[in-house]
Amino acid sequence: MNLLEVRDLKVSYGGINAVKGIDLDVGEGELVALIGSNGAGKSTTLKAICGLLLHVGGEVRYQGNSIKRLPSYQLVRRGMALIPEGRGIFGRLTVEENLEMGAYCRASYKNELEHVYGLFPRLKERRVQTAGTLSGGEQQMLAIGRGLMSRPKLLLLDEPSMGLAPLMVSKIFETILSIAREGVTLLLVEQNAKLALEACHKAYVMDGGLIILSGPARELLGNPRVREAYLGE
Amino acid sequence: MDIFLQQIINGIVLGSVYALVALGYTMVYGILGLINFAHGEVVMIGAMVALAVINALSGTALPGPVIVLLGLMVAMPTCMALGYGIERIAYRPLRHAPRLAALITAIGVSIVLQNSAMIIWGRQYITFPPLLPSKPHFVAGAAISDLQIFIVLLAALIMVGLLFLVHRTRLGRAMRATAQNAEVAGLMGVNINTIISITFIVGSALAAVAGLMVSGYYGLAHYYMGFSLGLKAFTAAVLGGIGNLGGAMLGGLLLGIIESLGAGYIGQLTGGFLGSNYQDVFAFFVLILVLVFRPSGLLGERIAERA
Repeated sequence: MNLLEVRDLKVSYGGINAVKGIDLDVGEGELVALIGSNGAGKSTTLKAICGLLLHVGGEVRYQGNSIKRLPSYQLVRRGMALIPEGRGIFGRLTVEENLEMGAYCRASYKNELEHVYGLFPRLKERRVQTAGTLSGGEQQMLAIGRGLMSRPKLLLLDEPSMGLAPLMVSKIFETILSIAREGVTLLLVEQNAKLALEACHKAYVMDGGLIILSGPARELLGNPRVREAYLGE
Repeated sequence: MDIFLQQIINGIVLGSVYALVALGYTMVYGILGLINFAHGEVVMIGAMVALAVINALSGTALPGPVIVLLGLMVAMPTCMALGYGIERIAYRPLRHAPRLAALITAIGVSIVLQNSAMIIWGRQYITFPPLLPSKPHFVAGAAISDLQIFIVLLAALIMVGLLFLVHRTRLGRAMRATAQNAEVAGLMGVNINTIISITFIVGSALAAVAGLMVSGYYGLAHYYMGFSLGLKAFTAAVLGGIGNLGGAMLGGLLLGIIESLGAGYIGQLTGGFLGSNYQDVFAFFVLILVLVFRPSGLLGERIAERA
């Protein structure tokens, strides 16, 4: 059984159909990418899955149960975490308070905190600093760390490479791979198609609110259409 | 008698009350971006309910302070329920409406509360029976009563408690996170509606205390008292930097002191042309100065968040 199943998902805002009926499957333990150009509907899809949008058609099932009508605050209790686009850190809270917010639904989170600090020693150095004073890369580490604090089964990542220097992007991707190796299922939305396809098992290509291609990431990397449209060849 | 010291003392007492009310404005603003203009009326309802209980019990054998405490114990839950109800009924349905709609609704709620109070308690002033010791102590030529000392100490205690709640507890962390980014706080598992309700309930509890303090201090309450008190506390919140808890406290104290000093010296300054009944002018003069020269308030500098 798939951990996450999306069927005929449709989203419209103010008369514009941003997502026009897509199907998506994320199996347990998989690392799945959703790629496409700016405005293709990728982030909207993630937000709709997380219950952040109104006027959503179709069906979203997590662990076999529909979560479409579930308010977003109940998802994390079921093991689903979203790391939002633009990171969404709490700039006036300290680094550690941000991480504690990630563990809001957990009774104790000492081990998780140690785990995140082990993954990102930089965050430990800056634990009492307000998060707004961190660099963009550090903020992305914080956003990922905060997402891990709830011990999610399924982690949804929205554009983790956005606005980061190449060195930081590769560090973030290394971390994503190590999270996947620990058994966390990941759905990654990414504009950087090459990186995403090299990292993931499976990928969906989105354009104009529709999935236009899908399959094993390796195959898509070799697909001439993908190479031309998304890899700039 | 030393006028200056006396007015500073009076100002601190008055300022403590303003600060408690200002906290209610600033907490709601911090989380919802809404100026809850009905908050002053919640203070009034707190004073009226407390006085109703106190007047009903004042003929009995119970000691004065116990009667006052009982008044507070009825007024506080009443205001908390009222604050919760106002948000639930009037503001929540407008959560996604333009801000102006919520603002006009706040004014509407305020009119409803004021008129309800007038219907229930009438138009006359309700006096606070002499239950509390009022013999003043003299310090360096200035008089200070037990009641004044008690008001300042209780307000300080409440403010320390509130700061502890907001900065040292899980609930407070969730409140601050919600104030900064409600959508993301929701993703962390925070039920935003609960946090907003709690914010209104806490702010209204402070309002009840402030209502009792101000009616005890002036010795009376009136259905119209919430309007100017609310406006002054709002001024205090803006002066300190709206949305900032420390700012509301500082703004409240400063405004109380400015107002008292102003009332104490306005006669001398204008050669007797204006009397101390013009004391309300100072609060609004301060509001205008702040809005012109430092709209973000004394402590209200927002840290720009990096994208």
